[in-house]
Amino acid sequence: MLKALSLAGALALGPAVAAAAAGTVSIGLQQEPTVLDPTADATAAIDTITAHNIFESLTTVNEAGEVLPDLAESWTVSEDGTVYTFTLREGVTFHDGTSFDSADVKFTFDRAMAPDSVNPTKGIFAPIVSVEAPDPRTVVITLKQPSAFFLFDIAQGDASIVAPESAETNKTNPIGTGPYRFDSWTRGDRLTLKAYRAHRDYTPKMIDTVVFRFIADPAAAVAALMAEEIDAFPVMPAPETLEQFKNDPRFVVVEGTTEGEVILALNNSRPPFNDIRVRRAINHALDCKAIIEGAMYGYGTPIGSFFPPHHKSYVDLTGLYPHDPEKARALLAAAGAENLEVTLVLPPFPYARRSGEIIQSQLAKVGIKVKIENVEWAYWLNEVYKARNYDMTIIAHTSPNDLGNFARGPNYFYGYDNPEFNALWERIRTESDPAKLDALLKEGQRFVAEEAVHGFLFQLPRLGVYKKGLTGYWKSAPVLFAPLKDLRWN
Amino acid sequence: MGLFLLRRLLTLIATLVAVSIVVFLVMNALPGDPALIVLGIDSTPEAQAALREKMGLNEPLALRYLHWAGAALTGDFGISHSFDVPVGRLIAERLPLTLPLAALATVATVTTAIALGVHAAARHGRLADWGVMALSQLGIAVPAFWLAILLVILFAVRLRWLPPGGFPGWDDPVAALRALVLPTVSLALVQSAILARVTRSSVLEVMRLDYARTARAKGLSRSAILRRHVLPNALIPIVTIIGMQIANLVTGTIVIENVFYLPGLGRLIFQSIANRDIFTVQALVMLFAAVVVVTNFLVDVAYALIDPRLKDRV
Repeated sequence: MLKALSLAGALALGPAVAAAAAGTVSIGLQQEPTVLDPTADATAAIDTITAHNIFESLTTVNEAGEVLPDLAESWTVSEDGTVYTFTLREGVTFHDGTSFDSADVKFTFDRAMAPDSVNPTKGIFAPIVSVEAPDPRTVVITLKQPSAFFLFDIAQGDASIVAPESAETNKTNPIGTGPYRFDSWTRGDRLTLKAYRAHRDYTPKMIDTVVFRFIADPAAAVAALMAEEIDAFPVMPAPETLEQFKNDPRFVVVEGTTEGEVILALNNSRPPFNDIRVRRAINHALDCKAIIEGAMYGYGTPIGSFFPPHHKSYVDLTGLYPHDPEKARALLAAAGAENLEVTLVLPPFPYARRSGEIIQSQLAKVGIKVKIENVEWAYWLNEVYKARNYDMTIIAHTSPNDLGNFARGPNYFYGYDNPEFNALWERIRTESDPAKLDALLKEGQRFVAEEAVHGFLFQLPRLGVYKKGLTGYWKSAPVLFAPLKDLRWN
Repeated sequence: MGLFLLRRLLTLIATLVAVSIVVFLVMNALPGDPALIVLGIDSTPEAQAALREKMGLNEPLALRYLHWAGAALTGDFGISHSFDVPVGRLIAERLPLTLPLAALATVATVTTAIALGVHAAARHGRLADWGVMALSQLGIAVPAFWLAILLVILFAVRLRWLPPGGFPGWDDPVAALRALVLPTVSLALVQSAILARVTRSSVLEVMRLDYARTARAKGLSRSAILRRHVLPNALIPIVTIIGMQIANLVTGTIVIENVFYLPGLGRLIFQSIANRDIFTVQALVMLFAAVVVVTNFLVDVAYALIDPRLKDRV
């Protein structure tokens, strides 16, 4: 019935629509990946392009962040929460024509778990004891202990199912089981995907050709959209340019959310930030609304802890440290930390650079003199992230379920080491009961907010510009990937 | 002439060796761990260590230099850490864009600048001269990337005559040339402004010399004097500036390729430095250095051809 209706619709609307439906979408991305294997490199653009488009995983995640079946059509979990038995989909093929079965799953997991594995998120595989493939349609994965995030984690690009025949060449010629297959890549310019007609979800309404164009410069991105060289820019680098697209009837501006908490990270391992009074003073000195207004042109949601506001377990803690310069001064005086001079190291992201200047002036009002140091990304990774040689920095943490960062001990760049939180995170991580997990996640958010480990600024928005008539894209990004298979021209 | 060429050639080789050592040391002294960049901030230390080992970053520095330089002499520039393909192939993919762009920009620069410069000098003090001087002053003051953005807004966004950026490849030569028009103009306008001024003052200077007056006195036409006597003698400073500008074009393409998102060498080096892709950066810097050094060498040879007195001096 549905099919008949849509056919009638297509006939009624004539050939122009039919041509568009079979057509092409050009999507602009700021970052170009250097390789195309999500199991070997953490670059976010690799997941954007390949995960759940070229590759699939046992599970997947929808736009609301809920886990759904993917290559595994169903699963059961043992009573104690440690043994997962997956039933795989039948009739799935890789893009090179080879068939998919449990041996590919076992190969994928064993490869990622091997000692010399270069998988960027080995943490996903750390809880696994063994992966067995008793028959071609069954995979049994045994964990060391129950896990709150296992089914969510294995949906990520890092756990993409690869075939032994193509695993080594996926970096330049990715072969997966997904709804789109890799077609061509002119480095520095464009990457083309084609609909994979043997995929179970294939319909002729799918966009046949998806072209990713790599445009790093924000002004060039605006020009490319305005000249209609590209049809969409899902993550616009410069929020100040959105106004002109809002006023243009050819485009739709979409504001969604991401998993990126932007924080003013404080080096808890060194004075004065080892003193909770100083950290609380900084939180009172910050005016997140003004930061969002000034640095993000009003786009973004204030946060009071390290947790995304769109999550069902979110607790609004933005009122915990109201903007109050007087109180901040009093706290600093009590801590004997008047006339502080600190440096703020800023990585090369617009949100960081722009927020930094505003924070500098906000902190100056409570007597903290901030020296700004602008650095490039590689330098930041070395000096801030690895060597922990910094006072303050601004960074967005874009991974989901990353409250565990506060339990990464004294060698992590937060320099925060609290046995109480470590124990709490251990309970969160191993809780498989949804109701209990919800309560624990709320406790975790309150804990890091009470401790004022960092200045919690805002949730990074996902600001996209799309041609009118394009539908089926994700507004928000609960994960790094963004499936293309529902894209349509109307 | 033979001895002159030989000495110039030896200097050229010594310069390239020095550049190779400097770029190697700089790339290895820069803070930034290529393995960490590839694997990201959520990776485990074990995964980073495994990748460093795979990249060969654990060998002693001197040994790595010798390995690299030795292989480079045979034309093997190593495998790019971040792209995982041979560096030679990466560069070869980009040359079909950057070479024609640089060549077009050079031709456009030289023809515009010499025509305007000579024209202004010939009409010294008159309206045409003032016009050229004012325009070139403007050209020098305007940064190339800003001019590029203005050109895009006008010709791509408003008028839709030309694409705003990108490169379709040479399979369709018309589309390819259309894509190169705005980048070429952006690069050439600023460069030709400088060269036009140099041409004008150099021509003016020679026109004031005795033999130009003599030629005029013996009844030669203005254009014949310019062609036969003035221009050949005014060429030395012009050639010097052209040599410097070819070096500038190489760096200019880095900016312009970013503004027009063109898949050329400039964008490759930008990306490779950010990724600490050591082999790729080294190969590209060597290539850029070689272009500059070889251009200088050719300029020296050109001097000797233009002015035979110079070759005895050097």
